[in-house]
Amino acid sequence: MSELTLTVMRLGFLAVLWLFVIVAVQVIRSDLFGTRVTQRGSRRDAGRPQQTARQQTSAPPQQRAQQGGGGRRGRNAPSKLVVTEGTLTGTTVALQGQTVTLGRAHDSTIVLDDDYASSRHARIYPDRDGQWIVEDLGSTNGTYLDRSRLTTPTPIPLGAPIRIGKTVIELRK
Amino acid sequence: MSSPTNSPTQHTSTIGAIGAPSRRNTELALLVFAVVIPVFAYANVGLAINDQVPAGLLSYGLGLGLLAGVAHLGVRKFAPYADPLLLPLATLLNGLGLVCIWRLDQSKLLQSLPNFAPAAPRQLLYTALGIAMFVVVLIFLKDHRVLQRYTYISMFGALVLLILPLIPGLGANIYGAKIWINVPGLGSLQPGEFAKIVLAVFFAGYLMVKRDALALASRRFMGIYLPRGRDLGPIVVVWAISILILVFETDLGTSLLFFGMFVIMLYVATERTSWIVFGLLMSAAGAVGVASFEPHIQSRVQAWLNPLNEFKLSQAGVKDGVLHSEQLQQALWAFGSGGTLGTGWGQGHSDLIKFAANSDFILATFGEELGLAGLMAILLIYGLIVERGVRTALAARDPFGKLLAVGLSGAFALQVFVVAGGVMGLIPLTGMTMPFMAYGGSSVLANWALIGILIRISDTARRPAPAPAANPDAEMTQVVRPS
Repeated sequence: MSELTLTVMRLGFLAVLWLFVIVAVQVIRSDLFGTRVTQRGSRRDAGRPQQTARQQTSAPPQQRAQQGGGGRRGRNAPSKLVVTEGTLTGTTVALQGQTVTLGRAHDSTIVLDDDYASSRHARIYPDRDGQWIVEDLGSTNGTYLDRSRLTTPTPIPLGAPIRIGKTVIELRK
Repeated sequence: MSSPTNSPTQHTSTIGAIGAPSRRNTELALLVFAVVIPVFAYANVGLAINDQVPAGLLSYGLGLGLLAGVAHLGVRKFAPYADPLLLPLATLLNGLGLVCIWRLDQSKLLQSLPNFAPAAPRQLLYTALGIAMFVVVLIFLKDHRVLQRYTYISMFGALVLLILPLIPGLGANIYGAKIWINVPGLGSLQPGEFAKIVLAVFFAGYLMVKRDALALASRRFMGIYLPRGRDLGPIVVVWAISILILVFETDLGTSLLFFGMFVIMLYVATERTSWIVFGLLMSAAGAVGVASFEPHIQSRVQAWLNPLNEFKLSQAGVKDGVLHSEQLQQALWAFGSGGTLGTGWGQGHSDLIKFAANSDFILATFGEELGLAGLMAILLIYGLIVERGVRTALAARDPFGKLLAVGLSGAFALQVFVVAGGVMGLIPLTGMTMPFMAYGGSSVLANWALIGILIRISDTARRPAPAPAANPDAEMTQVVRPS
């Protein structure tokens, strides 16, 4: 066997061996797995995919704008949510621009101990103008604003009673 | 998008673990690669030595491929989420070892030795048995936590395995170290290799129970934590056992391996640096103490300090009751003549090491024929196996699995260090085998079992978590019925 062939094979073998090591390290690199952040609301917002995507990409500026824009909402903006009837009577929740969820589920903002409430019953959130909106989340017995059962997300007037099962809440200044 | 929006979904993000994909196809691709490399090496050896492609190339390639395929199918069936790298890395090392052993079989010098027998066919048989062992571990060890039940039985079993070579009639004293036993019909067996795994099971089970006592109940003295006497007990017992091995079996490597493994696991279980300080001090004291009266160890230390002198004494045929060996100096010369890029497969003269060239000293052949570049790649592959073991320990959810994975990969790393360090003259040479590469049935079998257990733990660790239990809130909501 010629000297040249053997030299080529010798160097070729080393190259192949190192290639294996590099490929193995690449596999390790692609193998890193950890945690993933998912938007919990994304399934409910399936009908509004565009908005959801936009929210995800620009979440930090939104928060900043919201905190800074607190003064713009004027004097009539509600500042707290008060439970006026039901087992939680007297409870108040300060409104700070984040979504308030109501239901029997333990991770709700207001956990309702009420057989007539669904585990995820309703949520109250501010829209882009700072107007608070109540939305029924497909509950069994429905959410009532004044006397009418909600079918779509509806703006909440100050002091209007929202009834969920035996619980009544309203927004106050 | 100029005006900011108030999103109803703000602050409702959840953080969940991403289930690792199964990665079996990656494993298969790497496995093919890991089979092709040894086949390339095999052809290269044949061309360099006999000027022709070896006749057995096809059957060798198919055989190795078949073995790897069986192992892969076993993993696919019984551990589908296991780490994708462990099996290909081990296969590559085993294949390269086989080629190197075959290459040394071709050496005229070694063939002229009185008790020469071709080692490669036997090693191929051991490899097949090793892969069978691997698959058997995967089949019968459905969950590594089962091993936890056998904590103290493992301790007893490990002690029995270690004592076996000392039993007269069963043990065999081969070249100064009493670490073999003769099994009729099977040849000699090295129980120490298996004791390594069994002992790791015991340490993991014991430390899982006792780690809080070991970590928390301690006094602070001069910046390090001193453990209480009753907690110090087990470490002293293990130390004494490893010293006894050293004295009675004159096996420095195994005692270093066991004690080092225990200290590593103790450190991982308790996070106390003081244990490492203690461990190092105790092993140093033990080694120095034993070396002061054990002639076999003394000669090893002499050979380490003065390899050239030993070589001269050996060449001169001095008989002063101590075994003078030229091996270490020959190995050092082999590394030296290899240089950076090596001489190429089949063109070195590492057969000058003669005895044990294909077992303890197999790394010298790699060093000479593949050079520094090849040797570093091989050591990196060993390092990657250890890394995957530690990564498995990090990912494991149960403390027993964590400790067992750390212990096994630590033992593997220590063994590589002890052998490579010994052959390269960094530490005194001890009679241990390079995992997967060196000729020896016990070593191949035990290490395949070790990889099997690691794969089992990593399968459990990487398996996606089962769906969470039904939400307790999800009971039926009562419906308002208008009356």
